[in-house]
Amino acid sequence: MKGVSDERINAPVRGPDEIFEASRLTGDATREDLESIRRRTSVYVYEAPVRVWHWVNALAITILVISGYFIGSPLPSMQIGEATSQFVMGYIRFAHFACGVVLSVGFFGRIYWAFVGNRHAWQMFYIPVFNKRYWQEFFFELRWYLFLEEEPKKYIGHNPLAQAAMFTFITLGITFMMVTGWALYAEGEGQGSVPDTLFGWVLGLVQNSQRLHTLHHLGMWSIVIFAIIHIYAAVREDVMSRQSMVSTMISGHRTFKDDRIE
Amino acid sequence: MSDIETFYDVMRRQGITRRSFMKFCSLTAAALGLGPSFVPQIAEAMETKPRTPVVWVHGLECTCCSESFIRSAHPLAKDVVLSMISLDYDDTLMAAAGHAAEAAFEETIEKYKGNYILAVEGNPPLNEDGMFCITGGKPFVEKLRHAAEGAKAIISWGACASYGCVQAAAPNPTQATPVHKVITDKPIIKVPGCPPIAEVMTGVITYMLTFDRMPELDRQGRPAMFYSQRIHDKCYRRPHFDAGQFVEHWDDENARKGYCLYKMGCKGPTTYNACSTVRWNGGVSFPIQSGHGCIGCSEDGFWDQGSFYDRLTTIKQFGIEATADKIGWTATGLVGAAVAAHAAVSVLKRAQKKNEEA
Repeated sequence: MKGVSDERINAPVRGPDEIFEASRLTGDATREDLESIRRRTSVYVYEAPVRVWHWVNALAITILVISGYFIGSPLPSMQIGEATSQFVMGYIRFAHFACGVVLSVGFFGRIYWAFVGNRHAWQMFYIPVFNKRYWQEFFFELRWYLFLEEEPKKYIGHNPLAQAAMFTFITLGITFMMVTGWALYAEGEGQGSVPDTLFGWVLGLVQNSQRLHTLHHLGMWSIVIFAIIHIYAAVREDVMSRQSMVSTMISGHRTFKDDRIE
Repeated sequence: MSDIETFYDVMRRQGITRRSFMKFCSLTAAALGLGPSFVPQIAEAMETKPRTPVVWVHGLECTCCSESFIRSAHPLAKDVVLSMISLDYDDTLMAAAGHAAEAAFEETIEKYKGNYILAVEGNPPLNEDGMFCITGGKPFVEKLRHAAEGAKAIISWGACASYGCVQAAAPNPTQATPVHKVITDKPIIKVPGCPPIAEVMTGVITYMLTFDRMPELDRQGRPAMFYSQRIHDKCYRRPHFDAGQFVEHWDDENARKGYCLYKMGCKGPTTYNACSTVRWNGGVSFPIQSGHGCIGCSEDGFWDQGSFYDRLTTIKQFGIEATADKIGWTATGLVGAAVAAHAAVSVLKRAQKKNEEA
């Protein structure tokens, strides 16, 4: 045991025939497999709070989009009971407001983690706009998506294109939705309430509440579109890129499919 | 002794008993949402303060504000005009006309410089040097600036003066401009609505005369006592909204049952006004009570938000009439199709690469 744990990739002592005894027991491990798992390793990218936030956020957004859509375009009228004992729209709105609070609290938690977490936790909150190399790599990744590059590069956190998308749709997008959402919530809470004190100025800026509702709708659609692209890109990259994607957001580890340097 | 009579003097002269006067003070306090301790204050003010002169000017407007105002029931418009304020100039309501009226206008603003309230109904058009609205032979914007100079405060009556209303709707050829964008150095109180509720108008005037100050205003400069809540918040059909029971068509069973008009484009949830509490015509009814949704007439730019029967603003930038949801569904469909196509090409590319390698 002691001998194995001290061995590292750069200083192999034994040949592949001698290691991973347990893997060979099942009879499916080829010599190439064993050579491969000896060389490859992973990077711990997404710490537990980031992963928990991601999935809680995903669930909250899903419920927010569905409930929000039904607030704007309600379900067909139902006659379950008298209006006093029926609360369909009330429950839908409750779900929306509750998830809005979860989203907001989660977002602030995520910002906190950007400061205390690892370096990858910070990546979502900025775009290195003045870095020329960043934009080169941004267009490289864009060409990869346009089938103009033969092979993608390896990335540990977000690739440059993904970083821009995350910043635009999540950091800016969620902020926009929280600000407009809380401003709409403040309307119901009334003047002088805490949400009104914090976000009442938004309605003053937009002037007409109907316009504010419309902006909140447009924001929702931008997040729906982001979600489609995000899920597609994650699955596609999981298959076609040189590193893991979907499982990374579950385990936190980014694993790589080859050990080439570029 | 001031040369202007106090409210009390005028009321007594008209044969109103002190008992009736005190009753009026109590009712006014109640209408303004004030406690019983304010009644003596109101009585005191009315007994000692000279009546405040009011100059009422008319720009681009339809006179619906005046029509509403003269139908006030609590207090009666008659009481406001004859007893409470000294309506020294209002070319629509005054007996004098022509040069006599204009002379009264000049005399009032000269005599009570810094003390009168300027009530503006309608708004000035600024295009072509204001030639689209001429009163007394001069562009209205000049009259407005002239009258505003010595005013203590300005009341912007209705959607026209507050936000611009229909004459400021796109493309606004006359460049009709709300009062607060023309007069920037005076306290302005906006009383929007097309028209505003009569009791709201008289209530605002009563408050200003009684306490000699502006009522508490919200962020948009409207009196908070009447405009701090949406029609939806106090609507008597609200339980049907919470239950999810809506009118689906104008002639359906739900319409007869008086369900919520949300799906018919009711603007109650986005409109700040007192219609669902004060109501209209002495509390008889209001639009939602008579079966039609609110059109949001007291909101900024309500003519430019699209149909009265849609809940989302019409977005014209796309060249066709669209709403956020139509744009959203279309964009989502396009992105979905693009993703599917991209996935198909990715699979083909991958297969091709494998073939080449094999």
